[in-house]
Amino acid sequence: MKLIFEKSVPGRHCDLLPQCDVEKAELPESFRRDTPPALPELSEVDLSRHYTELNHRVHGVNCGFYPLGSCTMKYNPRIDEDLAALPGFAGVHPLAGAENVKGCREVLDTAAKYLCEITGMEGMTFQPAAGAHGEFTGVLLIKQYHRKRGDNARRKIIVPDSAHGTNPATAAMCGFEVVNIPSAPDGCVDLEALKAGLGEDTAGLMLTNPNTVGLFDENILEITRLVHEAGGLCYYDGANLNAVMGVVRPGDMGFDCIHMNLHKTFATPHGGGGPGACAVGCKGFLKEFLPASALMDEPGHIQVRAFAGNFLVVVRALSYLLTLGREGIPEAAQNAVLNANYLMRKIQGSFEPAFDRICMHEFVLDLSGYKKETGVSALDVAKSLIDYGMHPPTMYFPMIVHEALMLEPTETESKETLDWAAQIFRELYELGKKDPEFMHNAPHLAQIARPDEVRAARQPVLRWQKP
Amino acid sequence: MSYVPSTPAQRQEMLRAVGVEDYRELYRDVPEEMLLDRALDLPSAMSELEVSRAVSAMAAKNTQFSTILRGAGAYDHYIPAVVKSIPAKEEFLTAYTPYQAEMSQGVLQSIFEYQTMICELTGMEVSNASVYDGATAAAEAAAMCRSRKRRVTLISGAAHPDVINTVRTYCYGTGDELRVVPVKDGKTDMDALREMLTADVASFYVQQPNFFGLLEDADALGEAVHAAGALFVMGCNPISLGVLKTPRDCGADVAVGEGQPLGLPLGFGGPYLGFMATTMKNSRQLPGRIVGQTVDAKGERCYVLTLQAREQHIRREKASSNICSNEALCALTASVYLACMGPAGLKEAAEQCMAKAHYLMRGLTALEGVELVYPGPFFHEFVTTLPRQEEVLSALEAKGILGGLPVEGGILWCATEKQSKAELDQAIAVVKEVLAK
Repeated sequence: MKLIFEKSVPGRHCDLLPQCDVEKAELPESFRRDTPPALPELSEVDLSRHYTELNHRVHGVNCGFYPLGSCTMKYNPRIDEDLAALPGFAGVHPLAGAENVKGCREVLDTAAKYLCEITGMEGMTFQPAAGAHGEFTGVLLIKQYHRKRGDNARRKIIVPDSAHGTNPATAAMCGFEVVNIPSAPDGCVDLEALKAGLGEDTAGLMLTNPNTVGLFDENILEITRLVHEAGGLCYYDGANLNAVMGVVRPGDMGFDCIHMNLHKTFATPHGGGGPGACAVGCKGFLKEFLPASALMDEPGHIQVRAFAGNFLVVVRALSYLLTLGREGIPEAAQNAVLNANYLMRKIQGSFEPAFDRICMHEFVLDLSGYKKETGVSALDVAKSLIDYGMHPPTMYFPMIVHEALMLEPTETESKETLDWAAQIFRELYELGKKDPEFMHNAPHLAQIARPDEVRAARQPVLRWQKP
Repeated sequence: MSYVPSTPAQRQEMLRAVGVEDYRELYRDVPEEMLLDRALDLPSAMSELEVSRAVSAMAAKNTQFSTILRGAGAYDHYIPAVVKSIPAKEEFLTAYTPYQAEMSQGVLQSIFEYQTMICELTGMEVSNASVYDGATAAAEAAAMCRSRKRRVTLISGAAHPDVINTVRTYCYGTGDELRVVPVKDGKTDMDALREMLTADVASFYVQQPNFFGLLEDADALGEAVHAAGALFVMGCNPISLGVLKTPRDCGADVAVGEGQPLGLPLGFGGPYLGFMATTMKNSRQLPGRIVGQTVDAKGERCYVLTLQAREQHIRREKASSNICSNEALCALTASVYLACMGPAGLKEAAEQCMAKAHYLMRGLTALEGVELVYPGPFFHEFVTTLPRQEEVLSALEAKGILGGLPVEGGILWCATEKQSKAELDQAIAVVKEVLAK
């Protein structure tokens, strides 16, 4: 389809502003731009149709099954959108006086209270804008804690090799040396490797539990105890909180601080890549290190972005928390776990799970044997799913499983959807044996065929140019 | 309600299919002593109508002002209806990051168009797909400018306090030094900057217009920075770029800014939009997602996430940043805003912002005891002295007007195209009335 710039007609426009009713101010010549930006010139109907056409080329959670592992693509309730759009929230200036923003404060305080209860934490901030940003905030809590005690020798953060890429990247952004420890074959922490990595230079450990292969680490209390004994702190990556909320609390597992992706666990929409929002929680002894805004609050604290965070996303998450309540939170977690186990067992017998045991909210299929046999890779299977209107699972992650497909159905999928999805996996399993070539060339019915990614990187075209 | 569609009967059937008796058995790996043995201390589940009442009641506790004369990093502009309706479309709203290009061309193309518009606004060659906000964009820019030998970051003291503090925090993270260049008459002190541009300085950041609304002499600052071998970063208000010289024309190596004015609501501070653009030469240092054009197996034009070798999921601890999620839907909103304004509309909005702010300034400074604090050209914000500040601000609030922000030396006022002459006249009249008492 055409780019918006290719639809532009000189002189066309939307009538949006009234005539200026005061005298225009003169901008000194040295400050003036010489040529106007080449923005498109369109009528409102052109715009509406252009974006509707684009929107038809997007797969949202509302379009169909989206089992993208580790991303928790659950349904995003519409009521949460309506409430976030209330003028009483959307129109509030972040620097309005305390008397004028009591409702916003109530949203933040209430959400903080509930999330502290769910995680077993005692302090909470909503300043970070996304999960990785929350990791940055949380690891800075650890850094400040050690620095304040004058314990400057603690320069290392331990990260299992099964961790999300953001974990080591975060530790590096916080000035720590990353100690990658190998995982046990089941993706859980190898206690011996952990012990070998711990020492007087350990600042902390970053861990996801359930881990990135979807298993709950049964040694978790031992793990956090070992880290604490060595003088380090334990950071909980809340990417997988959806499996355990209301069932077991990170605070009770021995973690000192945690981040939660509100756009995963608490059902706020992903927006094609953002905005997310993040809550970072901590135990009481770390509260003094939480971030604040220099302008809204007071100087002297760390600060990871302007103002108080992605507030309107927090409104959505609070609406969701209130909807689920004390009964719905564990119900969501339990059914997320049930759906994952059900789907895994339904697929099993064709593609095999990497770990043949009860999983948490997600599981990993290991296609290495299948690839050897048929030549059909995890990528080929993923691309084939697109032809059925299913979003592919996360591919080639975690790196400790080869030819991995990671599926996270979430609790908001029905039994019928899971049965349908399992059926398709089983059909593709058979198809790959009969006609691998067909699958190498998938998708066949999608918006586009497979793109040439090498060309995109070698001869980068990163913007439209006026012909 | 938990939005779980399966019926109780189906759940039992599924538990049996998995081979367990109950949910407890699904959590068999969790040590018994750790399981929460009580209900969460949260209110009971609510129906949609009850939630709507509860949350609306919170919104009702905020004051809604009919006129907002406060800016300081969050600006009250007119948001066209289409700018609200398009990003609310459920597919744009609920999709994930476009990892699967074959079913995400709509998101990818919209980002490619956004990147182009940001390049057009800033005069730059490459834009990323967005970062969290203007403050993190400034911090990421500082990080991308550092090299092994040049580690120190300079920032103008006339930048937004939250931006300075955020950059300081990112520097604290990596253990690098941030030095704040002093302010003279409301602008960056050029002489002080020259002295501070030592051989270990990686970059200097200036905000245009600055926190006090003043226009900095960006060309001269850039020349000084380049003469010292450092990189020049400009933080720009995107609406002002409808009339102001582009950062590239001012010599900037990296242009960043807060995209909120481009159709995003005030929203008590977020979600907002950080934009980042640079020259082709520096493109491999740019953090975050970037969309590129390519062709598919059939030779058709299409779009993909590209240059991913910079990113955390490939590079892990060696990545240029840990950023993963960005503000894609806000970038889409900004694109729709820029597309419906067009070049003429954006220029008109910028000129009206300037016109209204100058009108407000003239009206206020005609009053006894109200004086402009800093000399020099400004865009849509300015600082005045104001006697009996608290009294004046509460009198304005009583009339539904949010007055300027108290800052050191006075009040920082802002006006945009959204305020009519009548609204500004009313605000001036209220101030006059209080001061006349």
